[in-house]
Parts: sequence; C-alpha cells; structure tokens
Amino acid sequence: MDNWLKLFGLWFVSVAATTGSLFFSEVMMLPPCLLCWYQRIAMYPLVLLFGLALFPLDLKVIRYALPLALIGWGIAVYHNLLYYKLIPEHMAPCTQGISCTTVLLEWLGFITIPLLSLVAFTIILSGLIHLRKSYEV
Amino acid sequence: MKFNRAFLVVGVIALAVAGFFFGKRFLENREVARVSEITKTSSDILIRRTAARLGREGAPVTVVEFFDPECESCRAFHPMTKMLLEEFQGKVLFVFRYAPFHPNSRFAIQILEAARKQNRYWETLDTLYQYQPQWGDHHNPRPELVWNYISKLDLDIEKLKAEMSSPEIEEIIKQDTQEGQTLGVRMTPSFFVNGVPLKTFGYEPLRQLIIQALTKQGE
Repeated sequence: MDNWLKLFGLWFVSVAATTGSLFFSEVMMLPPCLLCWYQRIAMYPLVLLFGLALFPLDLKVIRYALPLALIGWGIAVYHNLLYYKLIPEHMAPCTQGISCTTVLLEWLGFITIPLLSLVAFTIILSGLIHLRKSYEV
Repeated sequence: MKFNRAFLVVGVIALAVAGFFFGKRFLENREVARVSEITKTSSDILIRRTAARLGREGAPVTVVEFFDPECESCRAFHPMTKMLLEEFQGKVLFVFRYAPFHPNSRFAIQILEAARKQNRYWETLDTLYQYQPQWGDHHNPRPELVWNYISKLDLDIEKLKAEMSSPEIEEIIKQDTQEGQTLGVRMTPSFFVNGVPLKTFGYEPLRQLIIQALTKQGE
C-alpha cells in the first residue's frame, strides 16, 4: 500500500473521530467531560494536518502530528483506566461539571466513548510510527 | 490518479457532513415521536396541576416551559414568553416547570415556590431574573444577595423562609426533575407545545409551533 493511502487512512480515522464526537455532544447532547475535551484538542487539528498533507503528499506531517497523537493517546489511556476503574476514581481530576467516569453510552455492552477515542488514537499513533519508519528508510 | 484522490477526500468530507445531519434529523424525529407518545398517553406527566401557569385555562394550546431561574437563556427568553402570551391571548396556556441544572437553582426555586404561596410568584421571578447576573454569576455566585432584591417586594420574608424548605416544595422539585428527565429535557429552557417538543430553540420556531398547533385545533 502506498504512503498516500496510509495517510489517507489516518485522516479518515481523524475525520470519523471528529464528526463522531461532535455528534455525541451537539446532537445527542452528551456533555463532554474534562478529559474528553483534552482529547478533542489533540484530535481536531489532525483532520486539517493530515488533510493538507495529502495534497501534495507531505510526510513531514508526521513530525507535527506525532506529538498531538501521543498526547491524545496518553490522555485516552488514562481516561480508560479511570473509566474501567483500573485506577481509583478519587484520582480523577474532574470535580466540576460532568464526571469523567459517568457511562453515557454503551453499545453492544462494551463500546463506550472513551474506548472509541482510545481506538482512534491507537490507530493514528501506530500508523504514524509505521509511516515514520518507511519515511526514514 | 491525483484527481481520483481529491475526489476521494471530498467524498469522505461530504459523507461525514451528510451523515452528521442525517443522523441529527433521524434522532430528532425519533425523540419527537417518543415524547409525543408519552404525552399522548398521559398528559399529566407534562402538565402538572401544581405547576405555575399563565394564560387561559382550557385554552386550545398548552405550552409547557421547563426552566431554571439561574439559567441565562431562560432569563433572556422570558420577555419573549410574555410576548407570545400577549400575541396568543386567550388561545394559549403557559405552564412553568423546573429543570434545576445550576448550583443555586434549587434555592431560587424554593424562594419562588414559597413566594407563590403569598401570590407573588411572577414579581419574584422577574426580580430573580433581573438580578440573576449578580446572584447567579457563574464565577462568583452569591445567592444570599437574593434576600436584598426580594425585600423590595411585598413579601412576608419570615413566612417565606419558614415555608421554602417544606416537603411540598421539595416534592415539586423532585417531580419536575424526574419528569423532565423522562421527557428528554437536557437544556433550559425546553418547550413543549401540546405535547410536541420544540426541536430548534428560538422565538420564531416556538411561535411557528404554536401557530401549527392552533391550526390543528382549527383555531
């Protein structure tokens, strides 16, 4: 598969994540918690970064997208650990507004919003690392 | 090849946008159908006898407003509610119910309900709204200021203080909160016109929904 298609795939994931999260908050009226907001900050710019890097294909984008993806992934991991009670809730930094551990949505019994975010960031992060290898060679 | 790729990207964007708005429409229609079904089978859940009301009893159209005295949009919309009452005089009954979504909403509602017992509900509501930016400031709420503002009204404050935490008022707040949840009230103000929820918030959409309901009733 050529690099363009790989980058296109990552862009596609970021578009899906962005549209989906906006749909959850603006249409389904599920209020985003604090950690969700931090993940959004890392995810939304990727749509533009990846999109622009597709025309013409510019793999330098890895350099700029990787830190965002890494930060977003880190927050997503932390959020999921909280969410699935693998670390105690009192460590949660969310005292105001909506709690980060409130389960607002559960599809098929296990698909939750933080899990979707983690999946998206994992795909993007691993994709970028993979692309970086082939780019450097 | 390049053209195809640009096409692909534009296609994905178009699909994402279309999917978003299609999904929005779909969910909105489903919600309207769900709520309309509930209100059709039991109008009690929407129009509680105990709720404050303005307009003509037995009017062909009943508008239910779920509001919160500490909500800025409710404050901003209140004059428009009055305008609609004026415009559809004799044809509309407005029922007011609570959706306490802010830290001091309960406190303000307790005062309002206690003032209702002294027949000073609407003056008290106007006063609460007028000074809301002071007592309900989100960064520095000072609910105690409310006492200063309502002291200018013809209210027996001692009596009000004694009555504001009565179980009766507690029950109203509890019931409104619960029924608001059942009816899908997530924002304030939320409106229902003859049991149909207002999808797009705004003066004109609400007005149109009232006119629609009146036409349906043959008015």
